[in-house]
Amino acid sequence: MSKICIVFDRLRLEEKLLQKEAKDLGNETSVLDAKITQINTDSKKSDFDFGDVVLERCVSYFRGLHFTACLEFLDVPVINEFNVANNCGNKLFMSLLLKKNNIPTPKTYFSFSKDGAMENVDKVGFPLVIKPVIGSWGRGVMQIKDKDTLDAVIEIRELTDGPHDRIYYLQELINRPPRDIRVISVGGRAIAAMYRKSDGGFKTNIALGAEPELCEITSEMEDLVEKASKAMGGGILGVDLMEDEKRGLLVHEVNNTVEFKGLVKVAKKNIPKEMIEFAVNSIRK
Amino acid sequence: MNCSECDANLNIPDDASVGEIVSCPDCGADFEISKKEGSNVELKQAESVGEDWGE
Repeated sequence: MSKICIVFDRLRLEEKLLQKEAKDLGNETSVLDAKITQINTDSKKSDFDFGDVVLERCVSYFRGLHFTACLEFLDVPVINEFNVANNCGNKLFMSLLLKKNNIPTPKTYFSFSKDGAMENVDKVGFPLVIKPVIGSWGRGVMQIKDKDTLDAVIEIRELTDGPHDRIYYLQELINRPPRDIRVISVGGRAIAAMYRKSDGGFKTNIALGAEPELCEITSEMEDLVEKASKAMGGGILGVDLMEDEKRGLLVHEVNNTVEFKGLVKVAKKNIPKEMIEFAVNSIRK
Repeated sequence: MNCSECDANLNIPDDASVGEIVSCPDCGADFEISKKEGSNVELKQAESVGEDWGE
Protein backbone atom coordinates (compact mmCIF):
# COMPACT_ATOMS: atom_id res chain seq x y z
CA MET A 1 0.00 0.00 0.00
CA SER A 2 1.26 3.47 -0.90
CA LYS A 3 0.42 6.87 0.44
CA ILE A 4 -0.48 9.56 -2.06
CA CYS A 5 -0.63 13.22 -1.12
CA ILE A 6 -2.65 15.65 -3.21
CA VAL A 7 -1.41 19.23 -2.95
CA PHE A 8 -4.13 21.74 -3.87
CA ASP A 9 -5.11 25.36 -3.50
CA ARG A 10 -8.75 25.00 -4.57
CA LEU A 11 -10.34 21.60 -4.14
CA ARG A 12 -12.09 20.78 -7.42
CA LEU A 13 -13.90 17.69 -8.66
CA GLU A 14 -10.62 16.39 -10.13
CA GLU A 15 -8.84 16.36 -6.77
CA LYS A 16 -11.81 14.61 -5.12
CA LEU A 17 -11.92 11.98 -7.87
CA LEU A 18 -8.18 11.35 -7.52
CA GLN A 19 -8.52 10.97 -3.77
CA LYS A 20 -11.46 8.57 -4.13
CA GLU A 21 -9.69 6.47 -6.75
CA ALA A 22 -6.53 6.27 -4.66
CA LYS A 23 -8.57 4.97 -1.72
CA ASP A 24 -10.53 2.53 -3.90
CA LEU A 25 -7.21 1.10 -5.11
CA GLY A 26 -6.22 0.46 -1.50
CA ASN A 27 -3.89 3.40 -0.98
CA GLU A 28 -3.71 5.88 1.84
CA THR A 29 -4.29 9.50 0.92
CA SER A 30 -3.74 12.93 2.35
CA VAL A 31 -4.64 16.35 1.01
CA LEU A 32 -2.56 19.42 1.69
CA ASP A 33 -3.56 23.02 1.09
CA ALA A 34 -0.51 24.80 -0.38
CA LYS A 35 -1.92 28.16 0.75
CA ILE A 36 -1.49 27.36 4.42
CA THR A 37 1.71 25.29 4.25
CA GLN A 38 5.03 26.78 5.34
CA ILE A 39 8.40 25.43 4.22
CA ASN A 40 11.84 26.79 5.06
CA THR A 41 15.45 25.99 4.19
CA ASP A 42 15.81 23.85 7.32
CA SER A 43 12.59 21.90 6.66
CA LYS A 44 12.80 18.13 6.45
CA LYS A 45 10.59 15.72 4.53
CA SER A 46 9.60 14.18 7.87
CA ASP A 47 8.10 17.53 9.03
CA PHE A 48 5.19 16.97 6.63
CA ASP A 49 2.70 14.31 5.65
CA PHE A 50 3.68 14.06 1.99
CA GLY A 51 3.40 10.26 1.81
CA ASP A 52 5.28 8.36 -0.90
CA VAL A 53 4.42 10.64 -3.81
CA VAL A 54 2.73 14.00 -4.28
CA LEU A 55 0.31 14.93 -7.02
CA GLU A 56 0.71 18.70 -7.39
CA ARG A 57 -2.71 20.02 -8.37
CA CYS A 58 -2.69 23.76 -7.65
CA VAL A 59 -4.91 25.85 -9.93
CA SER A 60 -2.44 28.72 -9.58
CA TYR A 61 0.49 27.99 -11.89
CA PHE A 62 3.10 30.00 -10.00
CA ARG A 63 2.00 28.62 -6.64
CA GLY A 64 2.23 25.05 -7.94
CA LEU A 65 5.59 25.64 -9.64
CA HIS A 66 7.23 27.14 -6.56
CA PHE A 67 5.67 24.55 -4.27
CA THR A 68 7.07 21.84 -6.55
CA ALA A 69 10.55 23.38 -6.24
CA CYS A 70 10.21 23.09 -2.45
CA LEU A 71 9.04 19.48 -2.70
CA GLU A 72 12.04 18.55 -4.83
CA PHE A 73 14.30 20.37 -2.35
CA LEU A 74 12.85 18.05 0.31
CA ASP A 75 13.45 15.01 -1.95
CA VAL A 76 9.72 14.34 -2.18
CA PRO A 77 8.75 12.62 -5.46
CA VAL A 78 6.24 14.88 -7.20
CA ILE A 79 4.09 14.59 -10.31
CA ASN A 80 4.67 16.64 -12.35
CA GLU A 81 8.34 17.38 -11.79
CA PHE A 82 9.51 21.00 -11.62
CA ASN A 83 11.09 20.93 -15.09
CA VAL A 84 7.88 19.59 -16.62
CA ALA A 85 5.75 22.27 -14.94
CA ASN A 86 8.24 24.94 -16.01
CA ASN A 87 8.34 23.70 -19.61
CA CYS A 88 4.56 23.48 -19.94
CA GLY A 89 3.72 26.64 -17.99
CA ASN A 90 5.47 28.96 -20.41
CA LYS A 91 4.20 28.79 -23.99
CA LEU A 92 7.49 30.06 -25.43
CA PHE A 93 9.55 27.37 -23.68
CA MET A 94 6.95 24.78 -24.71
CA SER A 95 6.92 25.79 -28.40
CA LEU A 96 10.73 25.73 -28.54
CA LEU A 97 10.81 22.23 -27.05
CA LEU A 98 8.14 20.94 -29.43
CA LYS A 99 10.01 22.26 -32.47
CA LYS A 100 13.40 21.12 -31.17
CA ASN A 101 11.99 17.60 -30.90
CA ASN A 102 10.58 17.64 -34.44
CA ILE A 103 6.98 17.61 -33.28
CA PRO A 104 4.67 19.35 -35.76
CA THR A 105 3.57 22.63 -34.19
CA PRO A 106 2.25 25.97 -35.50
CA LYS A 107 4.87 28.46 -36.69
CA THR A 108 5.39 30.89 -33.84
CA TYR A 109 7.18 34.24 -33.76
CA PHE A 110 8.89 35.62 -30.67
CA SER A 111 9.90 39.19 -29.99
CA PHE A 112 10.97 40.97 -26.87
CA SER A 113 9.65 44.52 -27.13
CA LYS A 114 6.69 46.27 -28.78
CA ASP A 115 8.98 47.54 -31.55
CA GLY A 116 10.28 44.01 -32.10
CA ALA A 117 6.71 42.69 -32.27
CA MET A 118 5.62 45.34 -34.78
CA GLU A 119 8.65 44.68 -36.96
CA ASN A 120 7.94 40.95 -36.81
CA VAL A 121 4.32 41.50 -37.90
CA ASP A 122 5.44 43.79 -40.74
CA LYS A 123 7.51 40.90 -42.10
CA VAL A 124 4.92 38.15 -41.57
CA GLY A 125 1.59 39.91 -42.19
CA PHE A 126 -1.89 39.21 -40.84
CA PRO A 127 -3.74 37.25 -39.51
CA LEU A 128 -1.89 36.12 -36.42
CA VAL A 129 -2.83 34.95 -32.96
CA ILE A 130 -1.26 36.59 -29.92
CA LYS A 131 -1.01 34.64 -26.68
CA PRO A 132 0.40 35.56 -23.28
CA VAL A 133 3.40 33.33 -22.59
CA ILE A 134 1.85 32.42 -19.24
CA GLY A 135 -1.86 31.89 -18.85
CA SER A 136 -4.64 29.37 -19.37
CA TRP A 137 -8.29 28.99 -20.21
CA GLY A 138 -7.84 31.10 -23.34
CA ARG A 139 -7.31 34.33 -21.40
CA GLY A 140 -5.53 37.00 -23.44
CA VAL A 141 -5.53 34.85 -26.59
CA MET A 142 -6.62 37.11 -29.45
CA GLN A 143 -6.78 37.07 -33.20
CA ILE A 144 -4.83 39.90 -34.76
CA LYS A 145 -6.43 40.60 -38.12
CA ASP A 146 -5.16 44.09 -38.82
CA LYS A 147 -2.87 46.87 -37.65
CA ASP A 148 -5.57 48.58 -35.58
CA THR A 149 -6.05 45.43 -33.49
CA LEU A 150 -2.29 44.99 -33.12
CA ASP A 151 -1.89 48.61 -31.97
CA ALA A 152 -4.70 48.17 -29.42
CA VAL A 153 -3.20 44.96 -27.99
CA ILE A 154 0.26 46.52 -27.75
CA GLU A 155 -1.14 49.64 -26.06
CA ILE A 156 -2.91 47.52 -23.43
CA ARG A 157 0.31 45.59 -22.80
CA GLU A 158 2.25 48.82 -22.41
CA LEU A 159 -0.29 49.97 -19.81
CA THR A 160 -0.38 46.75 -17.79
CA ASP A 161 3.41 46.28 -18.18
CA GLY A 162 3.62 42.96 -16.35
CA PRO A 163 6.99 41.20 -16.56
CA HIS A 164 5.71 38.88 -19.26
CA ASP A 165 3.93 41.60 -21.26
CA ARG A 166 7.20 42.50 -22.97
CA ILE A 167 7.52 38.99 -24.39
CA TYR A 168 5.46 38.79 -27.56
CA TYR A 169 4.30 35.33 -28.67
CA LEU A 170 2.61 35.52 -32.06
CA GLN A 171 1.42 32.42 -33.86
CA GLU A 172 0.13 31.67 -37.33
CA LEU A 173 -3.65 31.26 -37.51
CA ILE A 174 -4.33 27.64 -38.41
CA ASN A 175 -6.95 26.74 -41.02
CA ARG A 176 -8.88 24.03 -39.24
CA PRO A 177 -12.37 22.87 -38.29
CA PRO A 178 -13.89 24.93 -35.42
CA ARG A 179 -12.55 22.54 -32.82
CA ASP A 180 -9.36 21.20 -31.31
CA ILE A 181 -8.48 17.92 -29.62
CA ARG A 182 -7.46 17.53 -25.99
CA VAL A 183 -5.64 14.29 -25.21
CA ILE A 184 -4.83 13.25 -21.66
CA SER A 185 -1.39 11.72 -21.47
CA VAL A 186 -0.29 9.58 -18.54
CA GLY A 187 3.39 8.67 -18.69
CA GLY A 188 3.36 9.30 -22.43
CA ARG A 189 0.29 7.11 -23.07
CA ALA A 190 -2.77 8.74 -24.60
CA ILE A 191 -5.57 7.48 -22.34
CA ALA A 192 -8.53 9.66 -23.35
CA ALA A 193 -9.33 12.36 -25.88
CA MET A 194 -12.09 14.79 -26.64
CA TYR A 195 -12.97 17.31 -29.31
CA ARG A 196 -13.48 20.79 -27.92
CA LYS A 197 -15.90 22.58 -30.20
CA SER A 198 -15.95 26.34 -30.37
CA ASP A 199 -19.18 28.08 -29.37
CA GLY A 200 -18.83 30.46 -32.29
CA GLY A 201 -15.50 32.19 -31.68
CA PHE A 202 -12.10 30.81 -32.61
CA LYS A 203 -11.19 29.73 -29.08
CA THR A 204 -11.97 26.16 -28.03
CA ASN A 205 -11.34 26.22 -24.29
CA ILE A 206 -13.86 24.29 -22.19
CA ALA A 207 -13.48 27.07 -19.60
CA LEU A 208 -14.97 29.44 -22.19
CA GLY A 209 -17.93 27.23 -23.01
CA ALA A 210 -16.59 24.92 -25.76
CA GLU A 211 -18.60 21.72 -26.07
CA PRO A 212 -16.69 18.50 -25.26
CA GLU A 213 -17.24 15.39 -27.41
CA LEU A 214 -15.47 12.06 -27.16
CA CYS A 215 -12.67 11.58 -29.73
CA GLU A 216 -11.30 8.21 -30.81
CA ILE A 217 -7.54 8.03 -30.27
CA THR A 218 -5.70 7.21 -33.50
CA SER A 219 -2.21 5.76 -33.77
CA GLU A 220 -1.04 9.14 -35.13
CA MET A 221 -2.34 10.83 -31.96
CA GLU A 222 -0.67 8.19 -29.78
CA ASP A 223 2.62 8.81 -31.51
CA LEU A 224 2.41 12.62 -31.26
CA VAL A 225 1.33 12.50 -27.62
CA GLU A 226 4.17 10.16 -26.70
CA LYS A 227 6.69 12.46 -28.39
CA ALA A 228 5.21 15.65 -26.88
CA SER A 229 5.21 14.08 -23.42
CA LYS A 230 8.83 13.00 -23.78
CA ALA A 231 9.80 16.49 -24.97
CA MET A 232 8.28 18.08 -21.86
CA GLY A 233 9.73 15.50 -19.47
CA GLY A 234 6.82 13.09 -18.99
CA GLY A 235 4.27 12.94 -16.20
CA ILE A 236 0.54 13.65 -16.43
CA LEU A 237 -0.28 16.12 -19.18
CA GLY A 238 -3.00 17.53 -21.40
CA VAL A 239 -1.81 17.61 -25.00
CA ASP A 240 -3.76 19.90 -27.35
CA LEU A 241 -3.90 19.18 -31.07
CA MET A 242 -5.25 21.11 -34.04
CA GLU A 243 -6.29 19.58 -37.36
CA ASP A 244 -4.51 21.73 -39.94
CA GLU A 245 -6.18 21.42 -43.36
CA LYS A 246 -2.85 20.90 -45.13
CA ARG A 247 -0.39 19.55 -42.56
CA GLY A 248 -2.65 17.31 -40.48
CA LEU A 249 -2.31 17.19 -36.71
CA LEU A 250 -0.25 19.87 -34.98
CA VAL A 251 0.56 20.03 -31.29
CA HIS A 252 -0.13 23.58 -30.16
CA GLU A 253 -0.07 23.23 -26.39
CA VAL A 254 0.92 20.86 -23.58
CA ASN A 255 -0.68 21.50 -20.20
CA ASN A 256 0.51 20.79 -16.68
CA THR A 257 -2.06 19.89 -13.90
CA VAL A 258 -4.59 18.87 -16.53
CA GLU A 259 -8.32 19.30 -15.83
CA PHE A 260 -10.62 16.41 -16.74
CA LYS A 261 -14.00 16.95 -15.16
CA GLY A 262 -15.75 17.02 -18.55
CA LEU A 263 -13.90 14.16 -20.18
CA VAL A 264 -14.22 11.84 -17.18
CA LYS A 265 -17.98 11.49 -17.83
CA VAL A 266 -17.57 10.08 -21.34
CA ALA A 267 -14.10 8.53 -21.47
CA LYS A 268 -13.80 4.76 -21.89
CA LYS A 269 -10.86 4.55 -19.52
CA ASN A 270 -11.04 5.54 -15.88
CA ILE A 271 -8.90 8.69 -16.01
CA PRO A 272 -8.24 9.22 -12.28
CA LYS A 273 -7.49 5.50 -11.89
CA GLU A 274 -4.88 5.66 -14.66
CA MET A 275 -3.31 8.69 -12.97
CA ILE A 276 -3.18 7.06 -9.54
CA GLU A 277 -1.74 3.81 -10.94
CA PHE A 278 0.94 5.87 -12.72
CA ALA A 279 1.76 7.68 -9.46
CA VAL A 280 1.99 4.41 -7.52
CA ASN A 281 4.16 2.80 -10.21
CA SER A 282 6.47 5.83 -10.16
CA ILE A 283 7.23 5.11 -6.48
CA ARG A 284 8.31 1.57 -7.29
CA LYS A 285 10.75 2.67 -10.01
CA MET B 1 -24.91 29.48 7.78
CA ASN B 2 -25.50 32.81 6.07
CA CYS B 3 -23.60 34.79 3.48
CA SER B 4 -21.43 37.50 5.05
CA GLU B 5 -22.11 39.75 2.04
CA CYS B 6 -25.90 39.56 1.63
CA ASP B 7 -27.10 37.35 4.50
CA ALA B 8 -28.68 34.75 2.17
CA ASN B 9 -28.74 31.16 3.37
CA LEU B 10 -25.70 29.18 2.15
CA ASN B 11 -26.35 25.57 1.29
CA ILE B 12 -23.27 23.57 2.30
CA PRO B 13 -23.53 19.89 1.28
CA ASP B 14 -22.82 17.33 4.02
CA ASP B 15 -20.06 15.74 1.95
CA ALA B 16 -18.27 19.03 1.21
CA SER B 17 -14.56 19.04 2.06
CA VAL B 18 -12.09 21.60 3.34
CA GLY B 19 -10.77 23.57 0.37
CA GLU B 20 -14.02 23.41 -1.61
CA ILE B 21 -15.74 26.57 -2.79
CA VAL B 22 -19.30 27.44 -1.81
CA SER B 23 -21.10 30.13 -3.80
CA CYS B 24 -23.89 32.30 -2.45
CA PRO B 25 -27.03 31.60 -4.50
CA ASP B 26 -28.17 35.24 -4.17
CA CYS B 27 -25.16 37.51 -4.58
CA GLY B 28 -22.64 35.07 -6.11
CA ALA B 29 -19.91 35.65 -3.52
CA ASP B 30 -17.49 32.72 -3.26
CA PHE B 31 -16.36 31.25 0.04
CA GLU B 32 -13.80 28.56 0.76
CA ILE B 33 -14.47 25.96 3.45
CA SER B 34 -11.53 26.52 5.79
CA LYS B 35 -12.58 24.16 8.60
CA LYS B 36 -15.13 21.37 8.92
CA GLU B 37 -15.76 19.27 11.99
CA GLY B 38 -19.06 17.44 11.79
CA SER B 39 -21.71 20.06 11.22
CA ASN B 40 -19.43 22.90 12.32
CA VAL B 41 -18.18 24.68 9.24
CA GLU B 42 -15.93 27.71 8.98
CA LEU B 43 -15.70 29.75 5.81
CA LYS B 44 -13.26 32.32 4.50
CA GLN B 45 -13.48 34.56 1.48
CA ALA B 46 -12.30 32.60 -1.57
CA GLU B 47 -9.35 33.83 -3.62
CA SER B 48 -10.35 35.64 -6.79
CA VAL B 49 -9.27 34.09 -10.10
CA GLY B 50 -5.60 34.89 -10.71
CA GLU B 51 -3.85 35.69 -13.96
CA ASP B 52 -1.86 32.45 -13.65
CA TRP B 53 -4.84 30.19 -12.93
CA GLY B 54 -5.50 27.26 -15.19
CA GLU B 55 -4.04 24.02 -16.36
